[in-house]
Amino acid sequence: MSRRLQPVAAILLVAALIGVPLWLVIATAGKSRAEAIDPDLSPPTQWHLWDNLRQVWTAADVPAAFFGSLLIVVPTVAGVLILGSMAAWVLARRTSRLTAALYALGISGIILPPAVVTVVLLLRQLGLAGTALGMIGVYLGIYLSTVIFFVTGFVRTIPEALEEAARIDGAGPVAVFRRIVLPLLRPVLATATILICLYVWNDVFYAFFVVGGRLDTLPLNLFQVASAGLYLNNWHLIFAYVILMSLPLVVVFAVAQRKIIAGITGGAVK
Amino acid sequence: MTSAIGTLTKARVLPVAAPGTITRRTHPLWFLLPAYLLLLIFFVLPTVYQFIYAFTDWSGFKAAINPVGVDNFRQLAENGTLFRALRVTVVYAVLVAIFQNVLGFGLAVLLERDTVVNRIARTFLLIPVLMSALAVGYIFQALLKHTGLLADTTWTILVVSLIHAWKWMGLAMLIYLAGLKTIPEDVVEAARIDGASRWRTFWAIRVPLLAPAITFNVATALLGSMNGFDVVQATTGGGPARTTELLNIFIYRTFGQGLFAQATTMSLVLFLLVALMAFPVITLLRRREEVL
Repeated sequence: MSRRLQPVAAILLVAALIGVPLWLVIATAGKSRAEAIDPDLSPPTQWHLWDNLRQVWTAADVPAAFFGSLLIVVPTVAGVLILGSMAAWVLARRTSRLTAALYALGISGIILPPAVVTVVLLLRQLGLAGTALGMIGVYLGIYLSTVIFFVTGFVRTIPEALEEAARIDGAGPVAVFRRIVLPLLRPVLATATILICLYVWNDVFYAFFVVGGRLDTLPLNLFQVASAGLYLNNWHLIFAYVILMSLPLVVVFAVAQRKIIAGITGGAVK
Repeated sequence: MTSAIGTLTKARVLPVAAPGTITRRTHPLWFLLPAYLLLLIFFVLPTVYQFIYAFTDWSGFKAAINPVGVDNFRQLAENGTLFRALRVTVVYAVLVAIFQNVLGFGLAVLLERDTVVNRIARTFLLIPVLMSALAVGYIFQALLKHTGLLADTTWTILVVSLIHAWKWMGLAMLIYLAGLKTIPEDVVEAARIDGASRWRTFWAIRVPLLAPAITFNVATALLGSMNGFDVVQATTGGGPARTTELLNIFIYRTFGQGLFAQATTMSLVLFLLVALMAFPVITLLRRREEVL
């Protein structure tokens, strides 16, 4: 494609692919109830965006759902990163048949779907049904495999000589892991953090089974209220909610954009 | 991501084994313990449970759980639900894998050069990746409401798989971009010097060298979308006439009705389907790489 035509094509394509759906969200979230009943791409005759956001904020109890989401996302991400990289380090460095088998088991969760129905039964037996702790456990079980997969591959690219130097200085495995390995893992852990934050922050399927009706998270809340009652056909409120819910991730992304893209694309090679 | 592509494809090229006595002390196995304990409790155990409770009459209506043999499977097979849900899920996954990769690959090629416009365009393409799939579903439900595209018993499955692909095309694009960056310039240049046209260089040199990225993208899109739920639930809820009812939508619906054993049975079917497909898919894609 010619060098002069390419930027035009890129802009037109992005405008059509991303611009149109995003405009629908913003325009509809800015409309009054009557105008938004039939959502289309026309701009609102009068902007009610702020009013709609405020109405959703109080009526749907967004703050509670927001804290519910945080309560689950933060420990999950911390847990998978630390425990996952501990396991991945040893799996990458030891090359016995046992570790190879454990590695295969450890990463199988990337592809195999979790047992959503029976996990509810298990949590009930453990006394964790409907609790944040149970939800965190389920997410750990699902996403540890992702971390093990990414980090093991990354550790194999780090020369072991770095660890040996510390070992000669008398460092034990814990010290070697904490002081040498963990800092070196930063790029791959950044990538894993982003992916897992995305999955957990936006998950509604697993959350529905484990904590549905007991604990509110943002997507669960959106799902429940959009399916029935308050929001039925209230597109202006649904899209105001979508804006509120996406905002934290978009802000994080805007701030750390360069790092995130580098983490996903180039960072892992270094 | 590149390292991920690497491990998926080059897993057999392991570093030379260090003597076991040394690794035992320097890389102790107890480092595996917390992660594997959690995996065992929250992933393996529920999966094992599926193989038990799919053969019972577990439900929300009574406390006792009795074995019933293969009744659940027979019932689901006889009323046609089993094969319809299986067919819908596989068709959906294949369509998503095609669309997501065509879109992601096309975008990566279009936006490959590091110009300001391209960087901004890439950023915008990542917005759907950040958004919740549920929100994406609502957006397209609103956008397509009056077109009839979401009420067609034949073509709606195609539309919802396009929406799913739209949500993830940015990630596929990033992976293809990373793959394109790893292609050494001199190989491409050598082909040019040999008189290959741009078109030929592209298809004969660059695309084959992208094999690891293609493997990763196709395998994750195909196997990941079999576990799909949010996009379809938010756009069609499985309709019209259950023509877009994925296994997970069926599971969600029957679980909500208190029919836990039926939900478990379908969940087991999904597990077996993915497990059975994962093996040939990954071997096939890897073999394609080896030919090169």
